[in-house]
Amino acid sequence: MKRHLWTLAVLLSHWRRRPFQLMTLVIGLAVATALWSGVQALNVQARQSYDQAARLIGGDAFASLRPTNGTNFEQALYVTLRRAGWDVSPVIEGDVRIADRSIRIVGIDPVTLPQGAGPITRDALDDGPETADGSGESRAVRLLTAPSLALGDAETVAALGGVDTRPTLGNGGQLPPLVVATSLPPETLVTDVGVAQALLDQPGRLSRLILTAAPETRSQSLADLTGGALERVEPDDQGDLERLTDSFHLNLTAFGFLSFLVGLFIVHGAIGLAFEQRRPMLRTMRACGVSARALTAVMLLELTTISALAGIIGTVAGYVIASALLPDVAASLRGLYGARVAGELSLQPSWWLAGVAISVIGALVAAGSSLYRAWRLPLFATAQPEAWAGAEARARRWQLAAAVFLAAIAIGVLLQASGLVAGFVLMGSVLLAAALLLPSALVGLLAIAQRLVRGPVAQWFFADARQQSGGLSLALMALLLALAVNIGVGTMVDSFRQTFTGWLDQRLAAELYVGARDPARAADIADWLETRNDVDAVLPVWDAETRYRGFPVEVFGFSNHPTYSDHWPLLASLPDAWSEAEAGRAVLISEQLARRFALAPGDPIDIAAPGGDWDGTVAAIYSDYGNPRGQVMIAVDELVARFPHAERGNFAVRVAPEAVDTVMDDLTAAFGAGTVEVVDQRTIKDISQRIFDRTFAVTLALNTLTLIVAGIALLASLLTLADARLPQLAPLWALGLTRRRLAAMELIKAATLALLTALLAIPLGLAVAWILTNVINVEAFGWQLPVYAFPEQWLRLIVLALITAIAAAAWPALSLRRMPPTKLLKVFADER
Amino acid sequence: MLTLRNVSKTYPSAQGPVHVLRGIDLDLPAGQTLALTGESGSGKSTLLHLAAALDAADGGEIVVAGQSLVGMGDSARAQLRRERIGLVFQQFNLVPSLKVRENLAFQARIAGRHDPAWVESLTQKLGLSKLVDRYPEQLSGGQQQRVAIGRTLACRPNLILADEPTGNLDEETSDAVLKLCLDLVEQTGSAFLMVTHSPRLAGLLGRRIHLSAGRLA
Repeated sequence: MKRHLWTLAVLLSHWRRRPFQLMTLVIGLAVATALWSGVQALNVQARQSYDQAARLIGGDAFASLRPTNGTNFEQALYVTLRRAGWDVSPVIEGDVRIADRSIRIVGIDPVTLPQGAGPITRDALDDGPETADGSGESRAVRLLTAPSLALGDAETVAALGGVDTRPTLGNGGQLPPLVVATSLPPETLVTDVGVAQALLDQPGRLSRLILTAAPETRSQSLADLTGGALERVEPDDQGDLERLTDSFHLNLTAFGFLSFLVGLFIVHGAIGLAFEQRRPMLRTMRACGVSARALTAVMLLELTTISALAGIIGTVAGYVIASALLPDVAASLRGLYGARVAGELSLQPSWWLAGVAISVIGALVAAGSSLYRAWRLPLFATAQPEAWAGAEARARRWQLAAAVFLAAIAIGVLLQASGLVAGFVLMGSVLLAAALLLPSALVGLLAIAQRLVRGPVAQWFFADARQQSGGLSLALMALLLALAVNIGVGTMVDSFRQTFTGWLDQRLAAELYVGARDPARAADIADWLETRNDVDAVLPVWDAETRYRGFPVEVFGFSNHPTYSDHWPLLASLPDAWSEAEAGRAVLISEQLARRFALAPGDPIDIAAPGGDWDGTVAAIYSDYGNPRGQVMIAVDELVARFPHAERGNFAVRVAPEAVDTVMDDLTAAFGAGTVEVVDQRTIKDISQRIFDRTFAVTLALNTLTLIVAGIALLASLLTLADARLPQLAPLWALGLTRRRLAAMELIKAATLALLTALLAIPLGLAVAWILTNVINVEAFGWQLPVYAFPEQWLRLIVLALITAIAAAAWPALSLRRMPPTKLLKVFADER
Repeated sequence: MLTLRNVSKTYPSAQGPVHVLRGIDLDLPAGQTLALTGESGSGKSTLLHLAAALDAADGGEIVVAGQSLVGMGDSARAQLRRERIGLVFQQFNLVPSLKVRENLAFQARIAGRHDPAWVESLTQKLGLSKLVDRYPEQLSGGQQQRVAIGRTLACRPNLILADEPTGNLDEETSDAVLKLCLDLVEQTGSAFLMVTHSPRLAGLLGRRIHLSAGRLA
């Protein structure tokens, strides 16, 4: 044991003499772990929130009865079912605005709520009589008696003003006193069903019924009892949210993995370099009596210790990164899917352990070849520079073979496979194949340059750059990956932005968007608007919900007006699409719905509706970016006829541009700010743009972090190789080149390698963009984008790569410039 | 202390097998010194590697300190090197990240027989007292080889094997280092086998044998 400790101490002495190298290793591992753990923390946090939402009020344990269409139904149906012996409990759900926050209100009936129906019974209502007023009544009792209670998680209650406060809603209503309850999803308040109906302005209506038991002997079926208004839905432990957001989280995971991979390049480089530098030491130790097994075991212990420490640092950094990104992720999830994710991280110990484990596993994977070489280290081989060159050439041949193999996988996936995972396999294969090809490509380009130049120094410059590229190849691969992914993601985001902006201009053609508090008010507002001379048209924005082959679909009613036929962004259509749709014979469907069910213009489509199922033809397909659900447009008269409970509170209003402000002011003055909400086109576009930017904020942040990691890789490689460069540089100094000139050439060499890498990253980045927009986006979100080129973005990244390389090479170059001649002479002394 | 009986070694090559050693017989009792000379490629270093349990013979038997190397596994060979054999290399092979003091104690610690007083005594005898806090790169070639000899002797090996230990040193330094080494070997009673090209240095040792084309002349 003592012997092994001493062996470990000898191994560790290497790091004592080369602290920067140790720092490189630790930083590499820590950043790799940080980015991976950070992304995992975001995923874990979001999934916790989905689980809580799915579990809330029996979602995962009990079957429920839900409206076959729309989002709510008459409370009378509940009474009917109870009388018929159905053991059901009512729930109403809806959103309200409180001080610029959207809060989900859930109304329950504590008397009929079954035991085990989600955390609300288990934790919240049984939390005991801890009341602020000391009344000693249980929460269940207080929930039933006026003014009732509103239970929320600690974060939500604190954000709304704290325990026992009674915040006022945007519609003028007042919440019951707030109480903290555990295990509730974020931004959700649970209260009595009657209170909730009032708060949501839906008196006498319910969202669903929790079904504990149906009567054993039924004289009437559910359809008979409810007139087909309710259907039975089985319990679901995953929930729509988790399914809908899978693609988002897979995207995040893919970026986290890419960052982790780039970090491992640093680690592989640092460990490989340390092995080479320690090779004589290892041989001496073997010659002095340390067995191969003992030496490998101690190296393993050394690596595990270092990687565990780096893992702890990385996991803490991951927590910080996740905390910083969580608000944007939460906003993205809300904007895209309406998902509510807690704004604060609460992570299990398993997450912390996983962070350290991934660091250790990553280090072991990155060090695999070095450990194997230590195990197989010949005892009395001498240094053979020629053998080194041969080994490097052999390594390049292997890399080429692996690249060809990966390219074959990519082609196979592209031609044969489908699905999101196949998309990521395609992207991973293309990226890794390109990275493995990079050293050969650089060597080839530099060899060509060497043949083209004349002077001996210029020839040496390219020959030496070629030789140096071997030592830097891992860092350059990391740089290539980071740049390519930046170009790819940047192209995708900017293409999307350009498309999205144009699409918004088309979709938001109306000058004003008006929302009324209730349908009666909406009719009054519409009438009021129709009377004004400065209003050209009042277009209903009415919608209902249904399902098409199990897929959630919004049904949107449009009126006969050129606003639609002139502006709506159609991707494919029959010649008379609008007239057919206006006549009620055809529908327009969104791209997501078309892709999911392979529908094309001219195909028949049947839409389930409470007012009678609707059979028609697909007349056109339009783009509907950012919507995870499918959408169908039908004539508004058809909507009203088929979906009697369609939401009818919103209108798009065509107004003369110069009259927009006047109409807004007059409308608010006539009906009151609490009754009508008016937003002009500019504001709604700004809001959409902000949501867009936040949606991609996380992707761009991870992108930037990956580029920083690649910069660190380059810096670390150049600094650790700086000493090894002396034997190449000292002879030139001895032959008459000044240290200053040598230093300048070192800088230019690093910049040249980075420039070549950046230039090669452009076509690779465009390939990544193509895969993202034509394969992954289509699979993940159901829409396809046109890809645009952004040369200024490439130029920016090339400049960034050059700056990174020059900054990374600056310190070694400066050291060389200031190096005392005695140190350079030592190179020759060592060669004796 | 070291016995070789009919030892042979062959290396494969593109031109066919190369017979580096053929039927070598050799005895080196404790306390004796032996110089092994021969031209480049005659098999001197191979013989030394076999005796040091760094490589395995293809035929014959090698016995070190009473233990036959035939069929000995890597761990047992490592233990033998640790506890019975001391190696001195032409390239010194010091651990660059350890100070002189730590390098001196290096093998003795690994062998689990570190004796601080003995190391201190060696340090003085080798004239390294003022250099103990330096790193190898801060020493001259002669100083580094003295450290390497000290490291070998610190664990009191039964057999010392030296491969051109003065090959990197000038004549004056070579003589001084070798004389010091032989004095210490005499004090410890170890057997000492040195490979050298130099007839002059070979003459300083008790016995001398010559290897030619893989056979003892």
